[in-house]
Amino acid sequence: MSGHSTYEPKSAFGKWFESRLPIAGLIHSSFVVFPNPRNLNYFWTFGGILAFMLVAQIVTGVVLAMHYTPQADLAFASIESIMRDVNYGWMIRYLHANGASMFFIAVYVHIFRGLYYGSYKSPREVLWILGVVIFLLMMATAFMGYVLPWGQMSFWGATVITNLFSAIPGVGETIVTFLWGGYSVANPTLNRFFSLHYLLPFMIAGVVALHIWALHVPGSNNPAGIEKKSDKDTLPFHPYFTVKDGFALVCFLMVYVWFAFYIPNFLGHADNYIEANPAVTPSHIVPEWYFLPFYAILRAVPDKLLGVSAMFGSIAILIFLPWLDTSRIRSGNYRPVFQIFFWLFAIDCVLLGWLGAKPPEGIYVILSRVCMAYYFLYFIPILPLLGLFETPKALPASIADSVLKGGSASSVAQGAASEPSTKG
Amino acid sequence: MKSLTTLIAAVALAGLASSSAFAQSHERLNPPRQTWSFAGPFGTYDETQLQRGFQVFKEVCSNCHSLNKVAFRTLTDKGGPGFTTGQITALAATYKVKDGPNDNGDYFERPARLADYWPAPFPNKQAAAAANGGAIPPDFSVIAKARTYERGFPWFVFDIFTQYQEQGVDYIASLLPGYEDAPEDVTVPEGKYYNKYFPGNVISMPPPLQDGAVSYIKGPDGRPQAPETVQQYAKDVAAFLMWAAEPHMEQRKEIAFRTLLFLLVFAGLLYFTKRKIWASVEGH
Repeated sequence: MSGHSTYEPKSAFGKWFESRLPIAGLIHSSFVVFPNPRNLNYFWTFGGILAFMLVAQIVTGVVLAMHYTPQADLAFASIESIMRDVNYGWMIRYLHANGASMFFIAVYVHIFRGLYYGSYKSPREVLWILGVVIFLLMMATAFMGYVLPWGQMSFWGATVITNLFSAIPGVGETIVTFLWGGYSVANPTLNRFFSLHYLLPFMIAGVVALHIWALHVPGSNNPAGIEKKSDKDTLPFHPYFTVKDGFALVCFLMVYVWFAFYIPNFLGHADNYIEANPAVTPSHIVPEWYFLPFYAILRAVPDKLLGVSAMFGSIAILIFLPWLDTSRIRSGNYRPVFQIFFWLFAIDCVLLGWLGAKPPEGIYVILSRVCMAYYFLYFIPILPLLGLFETPKALPASIADSVLKGGSASSVAQGAASEPSTKG
Repeated sequence: MKSLTTLIAAVALAGLASSSAFAQSHERLNPPRQTWSFAGPFGTYDETQLQRGFQVFKEVCSNCHSLNKVAFRTLTDKGGPGFTTGQITALAATYKVKDGPNDNGDYFERPARLADYWPAPFPNKQAAAAANGGAIPPDFSVIAKARTYERGFPWFVFDIFTQYQEQGVDYIASLLPGYEDAPEDVTVPEGKYYNKYFPGNVISMPPPLQDGAVSYIKGPDGRPQAPETVQQYAKDVAAFLMWAAEPHMEQRKEIAFRTLLFLLVFAGLLYFTKRKIWASVEGH
């Protein structure tokens, strides 16, 4: 994907095939000899972990779909039949349900890595926006997947979230009826959610391909946040990063196995083991943990339309991040004031998650509003102003310098910082 | 800058401190932790306990509660109550299930077989409600996973590492003996009961167990296997319901251990491979 391949097929068939479809050369140039900055730390292994999780979710999901019945009267029972009677059905289902959570853990680490090291800045704006699109698709997929077991939380979660669209003035009610396929969440809703839950992962896979393509044009950002200047700054993807990513993946899988096989219901909600009942509303309707920060923002605003706007705005604002951050220094390592605001932002997001699980009353509402305010203030005006007033630390002269000589050598921050945009 | 940090920290602390006060004002008493043979990474079901629990379910609970997802055959499965096929075939034959239509187009009743699911006590929800003062007794197939209580911060974080996931059985084991006279400021409607562990404290189910109501199998010394008390019945039936909700738990935990062991060794090998490969390019 970057430059032309140096790949030379050895066999006669390989030569014949390569001259007709140069896919082996593409793989070779993208994942074998591809030059990666040599200073990447373990936060950069989460891209590979996410690719693995997407494949794992599709594989387990396709198998589940062979045994699942998307019909309102049978869905809950078919899940129980998977858990009891399908050979290793419990394993496939617990891997899939917990896999969604692992997918989100990995994607949040990946996003915050990008936020800290300024991976969204020029020339990686399109790469970043594609990432936001993947995140949105993941949220839609996970939301619809959680509806499929047709438990109480499935049903009432679907009711609450689809009802959000009724806040849109004028056409809101029509949109909700269209989403439901009727006048309440019912069998047609379940049918279409199943269909879309099967479709969206393949759309994610498509955007992931674009994401990797856009990544391979400028190459990876790195902890120093400076561009590569010579071959000394990089190492070939294989074997250096295949083995590093592999090690990180296996460590991540241990966490995955711990959750899926030892505490498979820890991240779920007990109410979802009660079959959906339109006549009984659960005392607290709570979404899955990975939506809680956004749910807290939704409930922090007393007005429905404004609450919905704030919730969607909290994600939409990420699209504009490359232009909101005015600092020419990418890596947070060289931005002492930014670091403080960044970590406050990270704590803020965790607090929002905790508040999203609490009932919307008393102190929790006030706290949600404080946290929501900081969430938005971080993007406007903190990030734009920081870039203007902050004095960054001196950057290392090169990537190789930053790892090989203990980072002692340095150049003038201004010079190094203005250089990246000239890199193609 | 400093003041902002302090402010946010103070607000966060205030929130944490008040959360416990809130929890007490609108939530019920949390059930005490029990000891379970199936808890933890190497937990297994206690066969004799499951058999006792099944007996309590069969003689008491099953008069009102269904167990729709549990088939007779599963009572003989490995990692379960460990009944023999002969025992369960004989037991199943004492129940009648509806079948049909036959060649004449008629529905008929026949004795249950191993492949049949546990017969429900009521033909439909309306009948169940009519027989129970308007309340429908919930199905018991996954009830041990469908009931819980709020753990709160920071306990839910520790639960990840201690693998505490027996909230449902702890609740059931406390609920059944949890009946008592209502405090003076609480009025319990006619036909309802006061239970200190039930959410809202007013429950439709009358106290289902009494000491000595179920006769356990006698041991060689002529005494029952376990005390014939409400506490013991409640614990045994809770354990049985955990198995009913999670019949493959033993296999799951075995596979977890083996998978983790494999991954640990694999990660170790990868770590040293990584060190070796990177040794030549790391300038130290």
